[in-house]
Amino acid sequence: MNAATKISTATASATETQIMTRSDTPLVRFQGVRKSFGELEVLKGIDLEVVSGEVVALIGRSGSGKSTALRCVNGLERINAGALTVCGRELHSGKVDLRDLRQDVGIVFQSYNLFPHLTVEQNVTLAPRKVHKIGAAEARDLADTVLAQVGLSDKAKNYPEQLSGGQQQRVAIARSLAMRPKLILFDEVTSALDPELTGEVLRVIEKLAAGGMTMMLVTHEMAFARSVADQVVFMHQGRIWESGKGDMLDKPQTPELRQFVGNGL
Amino acid sequence: MSYEFDFSFLNEYLPELWHGIWLTIGMTFVSIVPGFALGTGCAIGRLYGPPWVQRIVTIYVEGIRNTPLIIQVFWLFFGLAVLQVRVGPFPAAVIALVINVGAYTAEIMRAGFMSIPKGQLEAAACLALKPSQSLWSVQLPQAVERVYPALVSQFVLMMLATSIMSQISAEELTGVAYMIQSFTFRGFEVYLVIAVIYFVMACLLRLTLLGVAQVSFPRKRRLGTPL
Repeated sequence: MNAATKISTATASATETQIMTRSDTPLVRFQGVRKSFGELEVLKGIDLEVVSGEVVALIGRSGSGKSTALRCVNGLERINAGALTVCGRELHSGKVDLRDLRQDVGIVFQSYNLFPHLTVEQNVTLAPRKVHKIGAAEARDLADTVLAQVGLSDKAKNYPEQLSGGQQQRVAIARSLAMRPKLILFDEVTSALDPELTGEVLRVIEKLAAGGMTMMLVTHEMAFARSVADQVVFMHQGRIWESGKGDMLDKPQTPELRQFVGNGL
Repeated sequence: MSYEFDFSFLNEYLPELWHGIWLTIGMTFVSIVPGFALGTGCAIGRLYGPPWVQRIVTIYVEGIRNTPLIIQVFWLFFGLAVLQVRVGPFPAAVIALVINVGAYTAEIMRAGFMSIPKGQLEAAACLALKPSQSLWSVQLPQAVERVYPALVSQFVLMMLATSIMSQISAEELTGVAYMIQSFTFRGFEVYLVIAVIYFVMACLLRLTLLGVAQVSFPRKRRLGTPL
């Protein structure tokens, strides 16, 4: 179990800013991050680093704070205390342009959240056209590229409702990829799918991992976390209870993780 | 009891009838687009605007929805005269209709926006879309499609409501009917004919708006399923 560090609220000095831009600096750094919803403290001091190219799996029971931690990374939730730096931006400063941040940080949701009135191709290219202002021809090429990455080139003209859950989730991944993010967050992306569809989505994520994409995943797929993640983080009661390589799931150090994997496997 | 039906006025007053029909159609079509735009703007203002905008929109919407249209028309027509603004009956009628249908449309569109799942807004925001881009490309098309039947109903109601505009001497269909029956004393026949004409116009308006939907909602055209 990681010792909860004191909350550091160091202000960014010029030297620190220089260090930020070095390539070995983590893409995401939680330092004593706390988050409350009203009276309920969901994150009780999180310390975590994600370096470029790394795949981090957040596991734990419902209510352990893993989804909240993930949602802090792209500013969907604002942290109450501590420091959170994402892609060189200090989210705790409260002065971060979230739209700017979200061009670097993609997210895929459990419920896909595809736009039902748009075709697959339009779903994928909406943000690049509006935000990056790319032209129609470039948008078509981009759609071809990212849909091929998720194996759905033949579905470009279909509407989301014509696709299976697994296919919809792969479109959601393609939509995220189309923004060329530095980091993608996956929030329980297979929890609404049956085992077969889960498999097809996980294979896409695995391929992205092999391609060097930096990813943070909240997942209940223990086997997947063990085999694909560079770092597995077990959260319990708003804290990081245990973390390590994938094989830590085979030799849990705490009774909580032992019980959790015991139930999960 | 015997009653001799007499529809000879149809021939005699045909030009007047056509004139009335065109005026009714004109008022309706000129009012729909600005009324829809006003209502949509108000719905957005009431949902996402600053508190003072929300308050103004609420006062406008509730003020209009809780008073009779004919009073609004008189108030506008005679009010403008008091302000020394000279407006003809047709523009006055159109302004009144736009203001009236705008208030109802605002509530319909507000329901449409509120029916969109939160996840849609979250997804749009997470793709770095500006709020205005999310509103225009993600929320508005879905909101309109969801409440389209209610909007059609409202616009048909508005067309039927133009029948009071002869009160400010805009000689639309009902005004023409009143004039004809006052000359012919054939009230029953006249209003029977007028009712049929309104019915046909309402059906045509519904068909037109259905056509607009076919063009505006390509997904619905292809799949025929609700959102």
